[in-house]
Amino acid sequence: MKLDDKLYLVRFNTDKLNHIKISDPKVCLNQCQDKPCTRFCPAHVYDWDEEEKRISVGYEGCLECGTCLIGCPYGNIIWKYPRGGFGVSWKNG
Amino acid sequence: MENFDVIIVGGGPAGLSAAISAANGGMKTLVIERGDYPGTKNVMGGILYTKATDMVVPEFWKEAPLERPIIEQRLAMLSGDESILAGYRDPDWAKEPYNAHSILRVKFDRWLAQQAEKAGVMIITETLVEDLLYQNGNVVGVRTGRAEGDLGAKVVIIAEGVNNFLAVKTGLAKPLKPASVAVTVKEVIALPKEKIEDRFCLDEGQGATIELYGDSTAGMMGVGFIYTNKDSISIGVGAILASVIREQWTPNDLLENLKAKPYVKRLLQGGETKEYLAHLIPEGGYTQVPRLHRQGVMVVGDTAMLMNSLNREGSNLAMISGKIAGEVAAQAIKAGDVSDQAMAVYEARLRDSFVLKDLYHYRHMGEFFENNPHLLKIYPKMFSKAAKMYLTADGTPKKQRQKEIMQMLFEQRSKGGIIKDIYGAWRALL
Repeated sequence: MKLDDKLYLVRFNTDKLNHIKISDPKVCLNQCQDKPCTRFCPAHVYDWDEEEKRISVGYEGCLECGTCLIGCPYGNIIWKYPRGGFGVSWKNG
Repeated sequence: MENFDVIIVGGGPAGLSAAISAANGGMKTLVIERGDYPGTKNVMGGILYTKATDMVVPEFWKEAPLERPIIEQRLAMLSGDESILAGYRDPDWAKEPYNAHSILRVKFDRWLAQQAEKAGVMIITETLVEDLLYQNGNVVGVRTGRAEGDLGAKVVIIAEGVNNFLAVKTGLAKPLKPASVAVTVKEVIALPKEKIEDRFCLDEGQGATIELYGDSTAGMMGVGFIYTNKDSISIGVGAILASVIREQWTPNDLLENLKAKPYVKRLLQGGETKEYLAHLIPEGGYTQVPRLHRQGVMVVGDTAMLMNSLNREGSNLAMISGKIAGEVAAQAIKAGDVSDQAMAVYEARLRDSFVLKDLYHYRHMGEFFENNPHLLKIYPKMFSKAAKMYLTADGTPKKQRQKEIMQMLFEQRSKGGIIKDIYGAWRALL
C-alpha cells in the first residue's frame, strides 16, 4: 500500500499556520549531502525540490511523531507541536 | 490567574494516572491536553497491563473499552521467508485477574480521562503548554498557548510524552538523540472477529500478540509487532532512529516489508487498513533517564524515558510513575513543602518499585545492541539455517548433520565471536 493512500486515511484539523520551519535552507543545499529527512519522516513531509534547491515542507501531513527534530543531522529542522486543537487527530491510536 | 494545586501537562496514561491520584489526595487538579480530547494525539503499539492499571482504577476491566485479553504471546524470528517461532499460551489469562489487554488509545484514554473527571479532575483540551512559570526561581504554574493563558500551580507534573520540550526547557532533560528513540509506524487493519479468532486459534474474545525480530526490522535494533483487537489487527514496526538513518530506510517501507513476509501476510489477508500512525518510543534506557524532579516539578512516563522495550512494557511504567507522582504532589502540598527535596520522594519511590529496578537491570542493553549491530542480522539467519538443516529429512545421518550444523554456525561467526555474544547477552539481559 502506498504511503499517500495511507495518509489519506488520517484525520487532520489543519492549521493555517505552519508548525515546521527549516532553520537555514543553505545548510540543506550546501552542507547536507544525504538529506535523510526525505526518508526517515514516516509521513514523507520533507522532499527535496530540485528546481527551488530547497527542502519543501508539507506540514499539513505531519503525524507529529518528532522524528525530524531528533533525526536532522544539522539540527536544522525547527519542529514544534501545532497549536492546541490543530494537527493530527487519531481515530484509533 | 486561576490557581490549582497540581497541574499536569498531558492527558496520556502517565498524566491521567497522576491526576487521579492527586485528586484522590484532595488536590485541586488540572490536566492540560493539546488534543481535541485525551487520546486523539496518543499512540502506542497497544498493550495495557492489568496490574498497573488496576492500581489506578480498581477493576477497570469491568467498564473500560478494552479490545482483547491477551492469552498468547508469540515470538518470531524472521530470516528472509523463513521463520522460527516460540510462544506461551495460558487460557487463564482470559479471566480475572488477567495479565494484559490489547487496547486502542483513542478509546481507552478518553475513558481514563472520564475516570479522572469523576475523581474531580478538571481537564482542558486543545491547549498547548508552552513553558513553566517561575517566581524567584520557583515554579509557580504554566504558560499556555491561549490568550491570558497563565495558570498557577503549586506542583507541575510533566507528562508531555516522548517529545520532551518542557522537560528540556526546565533543564531536567536533554534533547533526545537518534540512538535513544525508535521511530515506529503502525497500521490498524480491520478484519472480521471470526477471521481473527480462526487465524490466531483463539476462542471468542481472546487475544494474542506476536513480536517479530530479525528481518522484521531488516536486522536493525527494533521489533515488529502484531496485536489482535476486537475487529482489527494492529501491526507495526519500530527501529532505532540512528540505524534507520544509517541504513537509509523509510519507516513505511519497513512496515510494508514486514506485511509482505509469508508468515505475516496470511494473518492480514483481506483486511482493510483503517489508519496509519507514527510515534517515537523512548529507548534510551536507564542511562538516559532525565533528572526526575526539581522544586515544584516531577517528570513521568515517556518523558522520563520509563520504557522497558525488551519486555514490551511502557504503559504500566507510565501509569505507576504517574500514580506515585500524584501521591507525592498531594503529600508535599499538604505538608506545605514542594522543595526539590520533597519532590525527591517521587524518585525514591520509583527506585523502590519495579519501574527503575527494571530499567537498572537492563542498563547495559542499549549499549550492547548498539555496539553489536550484527546480532539481529546474522543470528536469525544462523538459527534458520540450523533449523532447516536439522529438520530436512534427506537421508543424511543425524550425527553427520549435527556436525555440519556446527560447522555452518562457526563459518558464520567464529567460536570466539559466539562466546563473546553469549557473554554480552548474558550481561545485558540477565
